[in-house]
Amino acid sequence: MEKVMRMASGKGVVMFSKSTCCMCYAVKILFNELGVNLLVHELDHDPEGREMERAIMRMGYSTAVPAVFIAGKLVGSTNEVMALHLSGGLVPLIKPYRVMS
Amino acid sequence: MSSPSTQFAASRRMGIYEPVHHISMWGETFKGSTSPNTGVSTIVELETRVDNKSEETSHGALEPSKKYDQEANKPPDKVLRRLAQNREAARKSRLRKKAYVQQLESSRLKLTQLEQDLERARHQGVYIGGAYDSSHLGLSETVNSGVATFEMEYGHWIEEQIRQTRELRNALQAHVTDIELRILVEGGMKHYYDLFRMKDTVAKADVFYLMSGMWKTSAERFFLWIGGFRPSELLKVLVHQLEPLSEQQHFEVCNLQQSSQQAEDALSQGMDKLQRTLAETLATDPLGAGSYTSQMTAAMGRLEALVTFVNQADHLREQTMQQMVHILTIRQAARGLLALGDYFQRLRALSSLWAARPREPA
Repeated sequence: MEKVMRMASGKGVVMFSKSTCCMCYAVKILFNELGVNLLVHELDHDPEGREMERAIMRMGYSTAVPAVFIAGKLVGSTNEVMALHLSGGLVPLIKPYRVMS
Repeated sequence: MSSPSTQFAASRRMGIYEPVHHISMWGETFKGSTSPNTGVSTIVELETRVDNKSEETSHGALEPSKKYDQEANKPPDKVLRRLAQNREAARKSRLRKKAYVQQLESSRLKLTQLEQDLERARHQGVYIGGAYDSSHLGLSETVNSGVATFEMEYGHWIEEQIRQTRELRNALQAHVTDIELRILVEGGMKHYYDLFRMKDTVAKADVFYLMSGMWKTSAERFFLWIGGFRPSELLKVLVHQLEPLSEQQHFEVCNLQQSSQQAEDALSQGMDKLQRTLAETLATDPLGAGSYTSQMTAAMGRLEALVTFVNQADHLREQTMQQMVHILTIRQAARGLLALGDYFQRLRALSSLWAARPREPA
């Protein structure tokens, strides 16, 4: 759990993912489209990945990945990210982390 | 075997229809088991038979008096022989009838048994038809109970949709109060949420069926995107119907159009990735030593993601609609729902018209 929070804090927009997860890929595409420098952490490549998965699920999510943190706070999974974006709430949150190309 | 016209001519001459007809029927049915000659000789024999002297017929049909006299003048032993032959023919006819009925009975039992098996399998959600999955079969052939339930519920959903659209139109034309409109708008939104719940259930039963769009009309299928309509398309349909919009509303609607398009693109690319990885999983060196089982297991894992994508697409549709209701006034929202209901009705009508259009004969 600590590792999850440690990896999420102070690093802007962080997404916990799995290399085999196509939905994670979709969310990554969305953030790229928004010009965000996204930090992706693949849990299937982390030796403590299983524990981290469980920790995320304990926060109330049926699937551990994708899990998006912004400024150290958990935003949620795909549902939450999409809903937030459609309501116009995502862009203000990621503004500090946008890379204007 | 003599032709049907011959048999009928014979019966007409005698004035007896039914017995000959019956015998010819058994004869036709058991072409293999009965020699044609028996049939012919039977009919020939009956032609010359004296009606009221036969024990087998139940009809007391009239005989021309000429024939009767002819029969009475024949030597008794010939008459007796003919009577015996008649009895024999009738006995054989009864046996054939019995065999035919037995065949019918056993077929009926078999049919009942098959129906029971089918029903049992249906309840277990088993695919019947071997290699074919239900997305290849026509609507009437699918035996997946989840799909059958969905089809039935969707049919009702459409009926209710038509009713609600009509109600909205009447309400707007009658200039009812905002309070009444709110009730209709909330009802309309709930109706769409019901559809998304139904789709969620059937996605778990058979995601390929949902993705195929077989439950929609043909023109609707043309616009299919991950098992339903595109949120951005929905907005395009609505926007022109909702003028005049305030400046704030314009701004918010534009933002919603942009964000829904971005979300759509992201999901589309995720789906492409899923296709690519599935293809990669299945495409291996046929001469290699790879494990078939592990490959299939991996592919099955990939397919699980498809349900997630369909759910997410529906979530996007729901969110887009909710946001629109949030941005619009209640009257605008009512007009929006009417426009949407009307649009889909026209699309469905187009499908019917297209299917019924006159075509050049091939």
